[in-house]
Amino acid sequence: MDKIFYTLSILTIFTAIMVVASKHPIRSILYLVATFFLISAHYVLLNAQFLALVNVVVYAGAIMVLFLFVVMFLNLNKDIERFKSWIPAFAALISAGTLLMIFLSATRTSQLTIESAGSHDIGLVETIGEVLYRDYLFPMEICSVLFLVAMIGIVLLNRKEKVNTQNVMQP
Amino acid sequence: MNHIPEIIRTIPFTHYLVLCSCLFFVGLLGVLIRKNVIIVFMCIEILLNAVNLMMVAASAYRGDSAGQIMVLFTMAVAAAEVSVGLAIIVMMYKNLKTTNIDLFDQLKG
Amino acid sequence: MSPEIILHLILWPPLLGFLINGIIGFKLPKWAVTTVACSMPLISFTGTVMAYSTMLNKAATVTLYTWFVGEGAAKVDFAFFIDNLTLLMLFVVNGVGSLIHVYSAGYMHDDKGFHRFFAYMNLFMFSMLLLVLGDNLIVLFAGWEGVGLCSFLLIGFWFENKEYNQAASKAFIMNRVGDLAFIIAIFMTIYTTGGVRFQDIKETLGEGVALNSFIMVVISVLFLIGVTGKSAQIPLFTWLPDAMAGPTPVSALIHAATMVTAGVYLVARLHFLFDTAPAVKTVIAITGCITAIVAASIALKQNDIKKILAYSTVSQLGYMVAALGVGAYTTAVFHLMTHAFFKALLFLGAGSVIHGLHGEQDIRKMGGLKNKMKWTYGVMLVGTLAIIGCPPLAGFFSKDEILAAVYANNFWFFLILAFASVFTAWYMLRMFFATFHGAYRGSEDSYHKIHESPWIMVIPLLALAVLSAIGGFAGLPEITDQSHKVFQLLNKSIEQPRFHVSHLFEYSLWGVTIVALLVIFYFTKRRYTNMDIRENDNEHFVIRLLKGKYFLDEAYAWLFVSPLKKAGSWFMNFFEFGVIDRLVHFPANFLQSGSYALRSLQSGKLSTYLLYSVVALACLLVLFMII
Repeated sequence: MDKIFYTLSILTIFTAIMVVASKHPIRSILYLVATFFLISAHYVLLNAQFLALVNVVVYAGAIMVLFLFVVMFLNLNKDIERFKSWIPAFAALISAGTLLMIFLSATRTSQLTIESAGSHDIGLVETIGEVLYRDYLFPMEICSVLFLVAMIGIVLLNRKEKVNTQNVMQP
Repeated sequence: MNHIPEIIRTIPFTHYLVLCSCLFFVGLLGVLIRKNVIIVFMCIEILLNAVNLMMVAASAYRGDSAGQIMVLFTMAVAAAEVSVGLAIIVMMYKNLKTTNIDLFDQLKG
Repeated sequence: MSPEIILHLILWPPLLGFLINGIIGFKLPKWAVTTVACSMPLISFTGTVMAYSTMLNKAATVTLYTWFVGEGAAKVDFAFFIDNLTLLMLFVVNGVGSLIHVYSAGYMHDDKGFHRFFAYMNLFMFSMLLLVLGDNLIVLFAGWEGVGLCSFLLIGFWFENKEYNQAASKAFIMNRVGDLAFIIAIFMTIYTTGGVRFQDIKETLGEGVALNSFIMVVISVLFLIGVTGKSAQIPLFTWLPDAMAGPTPVSALIHAATMVTAGVYLVARLHFLFDTAPAVKTVIAITGCITAIVAASIALKQNDIKKILAYSTVSQLGYMVAALGVGAYTTAVFHLMTHAFFKALLFLGAGSVIHGLHGEQDIRKMGGLKNKMKWTYGVMLVGTLAIIGCPPLAGFFSKDEILAAVYANNFWFFLILAFASVFTAWYMLRMFFATFHGAYRGSEDSYHKIHESPWIMVIPLLALAVLSAIGGFAGLPEITDQSHKVFQLLNKSIEQPRFHVSHLFEYSLWGVTIVALLVIFYFTKRRYTNMDIRENDNEHFVIRLLKGKYFLDEAYAWLFVSPLKKAGSWFMNFFEFGVIDRLVHFPANFLQSGSYALRSLQSGKLSTYLLYSVVALACLLVLFMII
């Protein structure tokens, strides 16, 4: 089964790189959708069924559609320069590379004691539902408030400002 | 469905660590290198997903469902963040007529 | 009446007057300021009279409190000592001072700094009283400094004029040179004799001290330098003519009657100290003689009425110092007294002339004033005759006594002083005839504006004229077979042997004096009544030398003032601009350029901020891994 894992991994990384390296924004968006699907496949491999579905629905279904809408409405498909000049790119490479090295070396040197202490069906919808509504009820309700706030913010942001040009009372 | 977890355990946990680190690296590079603000935003989503994958893998290996719940919330917040962020980008585009992130320097000190 | 109460009555009223006029004088009406200011010296004078009646021939010390607490020489009391010498000085200071205060009320009437003037004058009186009443060198020095300060304040009274300020600074700085020597002399006195009180020093020095020992010579020379600065001797006398920039009552009080006599008083008070170094006394006598003749020669060619009187003051001070140098201390103090009378009279009379002519001070533009200003003419006649030594006025007796005392010591001193007397007569009569006789040399309409001074100014003039006339009778010489009252008075304080000259000399001196005066009177009247005021381009170099005051001011400027100014500007450039400014500006510039450099970090570019955050994260993680 590790073959599946390796295939999926390489594909994921490939699509991620294509997101970064694509010329057109639309292509980047499409590659990103592919990446999301592949990550959902990883979730399925880990028996996180609920999250796999949610990932597809929320990310690939809602967020990416939002991106597509924005790009297509505002006609942002025009080509601007892809990458930055070489000094910031070099600095970015160095710093991001440093972080990668740190993570990888942490992987190598750390001793992980992952033990399976619980059941294996934690990814099932029923289990998640139980845990969510029993232990994490309050954060879930707060999330709804979060969405409300985000909606209000977006609506306010996109309001047209009225410009008062004359000091005349209009009936 | 019960045999799936044992098969999974043939993959060592460190493999997931490496995968997620590489995804994170790619996403980070994309944030720092690209000039189009939309693409930068998308690369932020890659970052978030890499972290989500990490958390789900950890929770699967430990058998603890808290990781998956956290991922759920992360996704919710990410959705809200994307909407607000895109609204801001739209406003900026309407004001500046460009998506070049280097030209967003109105807050220059 | 105990000595303490009399002391408080004498000492404190002028200080009170200073405080009242200084602090609230600007709000008070003029009559209130005048009353406060003039009554204070009169209260002091009353105290002086009471002191005379109760403490004659009895010395008293009044200690108020311990000023510097310490052991032995370090203990200095704020104490006052009243003996006969002090009584005489008190009479001079308070009497002449009160008269001048009354005169100033009329002279300074239209000045807008009226209250300030009287505040300073009262402060001066207080300092002078501290000086003459002091029981020890420290209190005397406090008064010494105080009169120097008041001299500065009053010379530069009309401070809007830059030249007056420079004159005031010049006076103060030259005084300071003398003060420095004075301070060092005080320290050395404490070191050798272990005390500062005059009584203590006298006792210590009375016990068989070796004459002309090196340290006593040094102390005496230092005190002499102090006297030179304060009493305007060579070479520190050039401030006195410039000090005529102040109002005329100031010139009368400070630079004729009181402050400049402080040096003479000091030597008289410390006579026992100078007696231990007879070599220095010779130097003092030489200084006095040279000063007398140099100043008298300069006065021959001056045209400003106040400058003539200023050089005359320097010359007369030279007489006094010469008398001190030959050991005739009482004679010097006697001449101090009579000089105070007639010099104050002359200055106030000159002030009356200036007041009547609305500010004119050049004698070449005067003339014929005797018809227009009769009272002034009368008192100036008395003053002039007094100063030139015309019998039987005051100057005759005191000056002849000095000449006799000097003759008893050294013939050459006598000859120099005799020439100085001839010069004195010449320039004083020149001034007198040019000012009052002949025809008026000014413009026609200014002639109509000339007026006599008001009564408030004339009455002190009359009082001083009376004193100048009869003051000499307090010191009649031997040949008249009358007792020399001043000598009898002061002998209690200053025990010294009386000099003796032969009666033949005295009579011939009288005769020569009278004949010389008549001759000079005739010649000056003929020459200066209608003074020849044409400019002469081809003057003899001696006359140019005299007119240029021996170019001493220029010499001092070249020797001392310009090097100091150059050094000062060099220091300013090097330290002030080079070091301190750079030091102070360095942090400011550093911060500014540093902040300018740091400002570029906030470019506003989002991408740059993202990069910064990632770099920071990487650094932090590295640090966490290392540490």
